[in-house]
Amino acid sequence: MTKSFRIAFKVSIIAVAAIAAILIASIILWMIGADVSDTFYVIIFEPLTNMLHISEVLIRAIPLCIIALGISVAYRSGIINIGAEGQMAMGLLAFTGVALAFPDVPRPLLLPLAMIAAMIGGGIWGFIPGILKAKLNVSELLSTVMLNYIAAQFYSLCLRTIYLDPAEQVYGTGTPQSMRLTENVWLGRITGRLHYGIIIAIVLAVLIFILMWKTTMGYKMRASGSGARAARYGGISVGFYLALSMAISGAFAGLAGGVELAGVHRRAIEGITNNYGFSGVVVALFGGLHPFGIIPASFLFGLLIYGSTLAPTMVGVPANIVQVMQGIIIIVIVTAQMVLSNAYFQDRVWRRYQALRKKEV
Amino acid sequence: MVAIITNMLSMCIPFSVALLLASLGEMFNQRAGVFNLGCEGVMAMGAFVGMLIPFLAGKGGAVSQWYNVLGFGAAALLGALFGLFFGVITVTFRAPQGIAGIGLQMFGVGTAGTLFRHFVGGTQSIPGIPDVDIPLLSEIPLIGDIFFSHNVMAYLAYLFVPAAWYILFKTYWGLKIRAVGTNPRAADSMGINVSLTRYEALVVGGALAGLAGAYLSIAQAKMFSDTLISGRGFIAVALVYFGHWHPLQIMGGALLFTLAQTFQTIVQSMGISFPYELAVMLPYVLVIVVLSFTSRNQITAPSALGKPFNREIRT
Repeated sequence: MTKSFRIAFKVSIIAVAAIAAILIASIILWMIGADVSDTFYVIIFEPLTNMLHISEVLIRAIPLCIIALGISVAYRSGIINIGAEGQMAMGLLAFTGVALAFPDVPRPLLLPLAMIAAMIGGGIWGFIPGILKAKLNVSELLSTVMLNYIAAQFYSLCLRTIYLDPAEQVYGTGTPQSMRLTENVWLGRITGRLHYGIIIAIVLAVLIFILMWKTTMGYKMRASGSGARAARYGGISVGFYLALSMAISGAFAGLAGGVELAGVHRRAIEGITNNYGFSGVVVALFGGLHPFGIIPASFLFGLLIYGSTLAPTMVGVPANIVQVMQGIIIIVIVTAQMVLSNAYFQDRVWRRYQALRKKEV
Repeated sequence: MVAIITNMLSMCIPFSVALLLASLGEMFNQRAGVFNLGCEGVMAMGAFVGMLIPFLAGKGGAVSQWYNVLGFGAAALLGALFGLFFGVITVTFRAPQGIAGIGLQMFGVGTAGTLFRHFVGGTQSIPGIPDVDIPLLSEIPLIGDIFFSHNVMAYLAYLFVPAAWYILFKTYWGLKIRAVGTNPRAADSMGINVSLTRYEALVVGGALAGLAGAYLSIAQAKMFSDTLISGRGFIAVALVYFGHWHPLQIMGGALLFTLAQTFQTIVQSMGISFPYELAVMLPYVLVIVVLSFTSRNQITAPSALGKPFNREIRT
């Protein structure tokens, strides 16, 4: 098998996968009578046409990147974290709580404190499914989803009761939201709404790279993920690293909530999590579970998410289309990975190819 | 107080049907060794299509019951197609089932939401299907209200429980399903087509999930919204674990969880100052607690659950 054949095989499988994904999305678009090429243009290229759009894309890429980094840590350790949505909500609650409790503490102290609180909030919410998986073998897929719903209810309960804006009680519009947070927890803005969270995201990506590939702890986590039995034989406490990786994953999701709150919204409102938790899974997979793949992937999905908010007004396509696309992308990625790793299939194609060549000669 | 409890119990059976159907479908999938987490997405699609047909036929007004039947049929068909699609991903391509299921769930929920906004728009209600009082039996006080005055689908779903038991444990097809989920290599050596059997189980499971979704939109809520399913698909998957892959125990689980869900309506109707959100949380908390207690004895689990089968590789 020649090297050029291997590359051609890989490229053609990826091309087929991409075409399949676009085809399925096109069928859905065709069913709702939308102009398929216009819709793709609006979702993928329209957000790149001016600076304002690009900064909006980056704003969405920041939480996606941070969440996906956390998810990649858990995934590499052999546990699929689809509970980032709930972990982010818990992070938001912890961040808001600190900001509301100590409005007068100076910024250099309060901002890190609130961020750490957000990490702890998310981390605990991630630790629960991790420890349940390690000790009681509870499927993390089910427990994290359930914790998402619990966190969502808890979040709106808090907004409606203890965090409720005092001004709301006076005017009584009934919007469940907190008061505007003190300026001491705000993240500065670079231009427009784009905030310094982008630097946090990039620094975290480098940190995750160092943690996972340059330290013993990262090695142990990756070992537990790729072969739990071998790792246990090698003296690695697999259960401990499972729970730890989930706690890290949750802490990242919580931090993403804190950054989003400090940089963009600056008060706790409904809908901040905005499905970022699920999109983060797609970003992590699309980025190849590697920090330096996740950074471009989060930009791409920030693009899709922002583009889909333009779609309803510009081409009359509901914004839910981005969820459809993300679902297709997950399915196509995992399927293409299986085909690519199937050495038998590759060998069969190679023999078929050689037989064809012989015939020609 | 007695009236409230009777009310709660009489809601229990019709409200449990969606969970029951979906988890029986999931039971067939898992007995065949496929872990289908996309149940939620399939239910969403079933709910949308089931609601769409009577809605388009009557423009929101009264329609002939046949359109509701057509709605259920279309939902089952669509669910079967989704099952087939999941089969292509996980049986033919042998993709990891957990993450592929998440993909299917996002695809189903997203597609249902997209199509709903285009074809229906806002919140629109449909007439739904009427309750049928079984003569004589429904006149028994208390018991009549609780067991014998529900819609046709509820009766059919509960009749399906013993049928599912019979299919799984007493027919050749059921034996094949259990064989490919327990030891696919042994089944293969006995001449059973493992992939085909898994496809069949996925189609049946998908059709049942589609029906469950359609039940939610046609018979229970009489409308569709993005939050209609709200995790019932995932609870259905958890119920299969809880019910030890056995139809009768799954039925018990479905009733238990519905009781937890009806708790929120009780809280509202009694006007206690109890935070509504905590009542909504209850079933989800219950799932985690129940899974923590039942996941340990996984002796009853199909031993090839979640493992793709490859004839060409010796294990």
